[in-house]
Amino acid sequence: MNGEVTGTVGTVGSGTRTGAIGAPMERLEGRAKVTGTAPYAYEHSFEGALYLHPVLSTVARGRVRSVDPARAEAVEGVRVVLTPWNAPRLARTDDREFTILQDDEVFFRGQFVAAVVADGPEIARQAADLVVVDYEAHDHEVDPSSPDRETYRPSADDTGVEPDTEQGDVEGELAAAMVRVDQTYRTPREYNNPMEPHTTVALWEGDPDRLTLYDSTQGVHVVRGTIAEVLGLDPELVRVVSPHVGGGFGSKGSAHAHNVLAALAARALPGRPVKFALTRRHMFSLVGYRPDTRQRIRMGAAEDGRLGVLVHDVMEATSRAKEYAEMSGACTRMMYAAPARRTTHRLTPLDVPIPFWMRAPGEAPGMFALETAMDELSYACGVDPIELRVRNEPERDPETGLPWSGRNLVECLRRGAERFGWRDRDPELRAHRDGDWWVGTGVASATYPRLTMPGSVAEIAHEQDGSYTVSIGAADLGTGTWTALTQIAADALGCDTASVRLRIGDTDLPSASVAGGSSGTSSWGSAVVAAARAFREEHGNEPAVGARSRAGTPENPDQERYALHSFGAHFAEVRVNADTGEVRVPRMLGVFSVGRIINPRTARSQFVGGMVMGLSMALHEEGVVDPRFGHVVNGDLAEYHVAANADVGLVEAEWLEESDPHVNALGAAGVGEIGIVGSAAAVVNAAFHATGRRVRELPLTPDRFLS
Amino acid sequence: MIPFAYSRPGGATEAVEAVTDDPGAVFLAGGTNLVDHMKLGVASPTTLVDVRAVVGAGIEELPGGGVRIGAGMTNSELAAHPVIRRRYPLLSSALLAGASGQLRNMATTGGNLLQRTRCVYFQDVTTPCNKREPGSGCSALEGHGRDNAVLGASDQCVATHPSDMAVALLALDAEVHVLGPAGERRVPLADFHRLPGAEPERDTVLEHGELITAVELPAPLTEARSAYRKVRERASYAFALVSVAALVRVRGERVVDARIAFGGVAHAPWRARRAEEVLRGRPVTETAFRVAAEAEFAEARTGRDNAFKVPLAVNTCAAVLRSLTGVNE
Repeated sequence: MNGEVTGTVGTVGSGTRTGAIGAPMERLEGRAKVTGTAPYAYEHSFEGALYLHPVLSTVARGRVRSVDPARAEAVEGVRVVLTPWNAPRLARTDDREFTILQDDEVFFRGQFVAAVVADGPEIARQAADLVVVDYEAHDHEVDPSSPDRETYRPSADDTGVEPDTEQGDVEGELAAAMVRVDQTYRTPREYNNPMEPHTTVALWEGDPDRLTLYDSTQGVHVVRGTIAEVLGLDPELVRVVSPHVGGGFGSKGSAHAHNVLAALAARALPGRPVKFALTRRHMFSLVGYRPDTRQRIRMGAAEDGRLGVLVHDVMEATSRAKEYAEMSGACTRMMYAAPARRTTHRLTPLDVPIPFWMRAPGEAPGMFALETAMDELSYACGVDPIELRVRNEPERDPETGLPWSGRNLVECLRRGAERFGWRDRDPELRAHRDGDWWVGTGVASATYPRLTMPGSVAEIAHEQDGSYTVSIGAADLGTGTWTALTQIAADALGCDTASVRLRIGDTDLPSASVAGGSSGTSSWGSAVVAAARAFREEHGNEPAVGARSRAGTPENPDQERYALHSFGAHFAEVRVNADTGEVRVPRMLGVFSVGRIINPRTARSQFVGGMVMGLSMALHEEGVVDPRFGHVVNGDLAEYHVAANADVGLVEAEWLEESDPHVNALGAAGVGEIGIVGSAAAVVNAAFHATGRRVRELPLTPDRFLS
Repeated sequence: MIPFAYSRPGGATEAVEAVTDDPGAVFLAGGTNLVDHMKLGVASPTTLVDVRAVVGAGIEELPGGGVRIGAGMTNSELAAHPVIRRRYPLLSSALLAGASGQLRNMATTGGNLLQRTRCVYFQDVTTPCNKREPGSGCSALEGHGRDNAVLGASDQCVATHPSDMAVALLALDAEVHVLGPAGERRVPLADFHRLPGAEPERDTVLEHGELITAVELPAPLTEARSAYRKVRERASYAFALVSVAALVRVRGERVVDARIAFGGVAHAPWRARRAEEVLRGRPVTETAFRVAAEAEFAEARTGRDNAFKVPLAVNTCAAVLRSLTGVNE
């Protein structure tokens, strides 16, 4: 199919079926973006704007003894130098991420310890370099691999997911297994690195106190909630505006320290907008990252590959400043039909920046480990890796016992196999050579929960010109929200898309949940559908001008009755240079089962983007921490490699034509994350097929294949 | 970052005077490296003397069959020039292996020779670095060392030179034309870049105020085949882990002449004289190629992170020679 999709008929709404859903509509804001007129956060310009540049700690743990601002203050154009001693006080200081310039403690290298606000960005930067900070440095720990590190079990409070689970006779099954896999897989620190850095323009207006943030965020209401609480303001007095976002990949899924710092600066200089754009280097310590993981997987299986037991023990780094747990083992609870399963998560608290969401947090590293282990099991049993997965297909969710709302993993694998040419594959290792290159192919499964978040509200109003204004504080990170919600609203109202005027990205609009967990389209779209239904019920098909209705994301009773998960299958062809060990990936294919596709054009872009990010994770990405200093030493895009165009060969994504009646009224689940899940494992498995060398630690740098 | 002055001198001599007389002044050409360093605080010049308009930006064909390349010529122009593509395809291919299209459109021939190391500690002013701040210590010795040099390093500095162009030029026996306060001089490229020794802050033999005006190439080696092979983790826009520039002339299944240079292995582009010597007169076999390359790296010193560079360099060199001579593995 690969994008060549005809418009399918919408089934939502009470009006005419317009068929907007399923049509490959072009991005509504595309022209504005490519012509440079779509305003990103930093581009909101104002008379009298000031510019902030921060000073970051150069010790990983310790205390700020003093900050000498004298030389910075002497620079012409400097308005204020904020320090831990003169910064405005915050109302809430129990969350270290947001406790900015309130005390002298340093929790990690790269933390804000001062900031300069000046008339121009160059002046601010120059003056920031002149601020002298004196530290009392304490011994720090940043290396999770040291053997004597303390570990602890994370609480389920943050993630909503139990850290440890156990079902069945794990030890008995391990002892009885005919075939075993027991391996440890490692992933390094990985950074989201959206193209648009995190930026905020903050304007404080006094009497009464009001704060406006023009922010690059995945959730204006989320940022407002945090900022209002930290500053002690009524949320109604905080406005967050974010019409366009240049990527986030999770790192803009909450407020971060820079929002607080910008707000503090604005409060110190009321009436003057304060603009703050993080540099790429700042982004390596202040806006989250995927923590390094060490995952031990144990499998016990019968000779035919049927699993008796699956154990997934996860060790991960976290920050002493604030806990973050990457739930890498959660996928093992529902993926395969092993009667006995155990998963555990342990955290190593370190003096490091605070990790946070990065595209498919948990599933991305977790499925790398599980799906590489499945490949190892397939070779240990002599069973084709696709057949192995088919043999371990569970009829119901192994963890909850609930029926699947629609588990089509096997169909994804089979369709992918046919399309990719898997049938002709010779499983022999290190047996295929094309000139100087070893060639191999690999497969891996993908999964991601079909999440819908509560709490979004949409409002629809009928305008004088006959159009409908649809308002919801949703976010478009470049993902296609502007377009997809317009299509959903058109079908739900029974009008054409040209009659829908969507408004998103502003807390002045009705509340919306975060663009995270691939839940945006489902959560916001369901609210839009509900609002359209309410509108037609209240105002009929010929509404008066000014007629308006509101509705929230409805509760979904099926959420308790079904196991709601998306699935997919990744295929990769890998070439490894016999002389140099260079790894190239000429071909990737992903087949996904995600319910109904709202917009094949933007959905395809999400799948392909996720797969490329998985390729990047497999081959390149690694934040290298120097344990002596405590920071990532390759913190820019020249040294922290992400896949370049030349690394990306043929990447194709397709999907099953389906609709999940249990997930929401649209039948559609999210598409943002599943593309990255499992794609790194497919590359690793193909590299093993090509070379006979099993690499269990990412990334696959050339030295790992040198003979 | 600090405020700086910017000037556009009317001619090369005036440019040289402007820099010579001002210890805080530096030449600015494409700015692809210098401006980054100014933003990072690695370089803090008080005056930029823009030389783009005062050094040549074209190619002059010389009577003996060689060429003189203006120092202001951009990497893109040089790589695409018909004379270079015809007579020195090695240089063209090395240029196109470097950086990105945008950078090559700005970067110049002279500037590329003066490109500074990509050592992560050199670029990070919060860490010690002898090259950036003499006497502060070398963070790379015990730190993140994947890119570290394996040949010719000192206990003061293990940085590598990042240029692709310079590796090809070295194999082509280029000569650098320099204008200084005392007049013109010519420096063979082989003597142009320094090893770090006790003065890692000095990348080249240039004195303050000396300006590269041109690079001269002798007539191409007749009957030679050549290739530039760059090994890197990602397929473009990455510095070399190891690169090899090679020209080889074969007669009757024996190597008559070979010119080989390595990138990514030392503080300077590295001419493999020892390997060339070993190869001369040898039969064209995989074994001979490996023996030659191994001879070059016999005295390599490696650390925890960069030991792979030696087998990588040997393998790559052997692979390049194989492909140039038609030898099967």
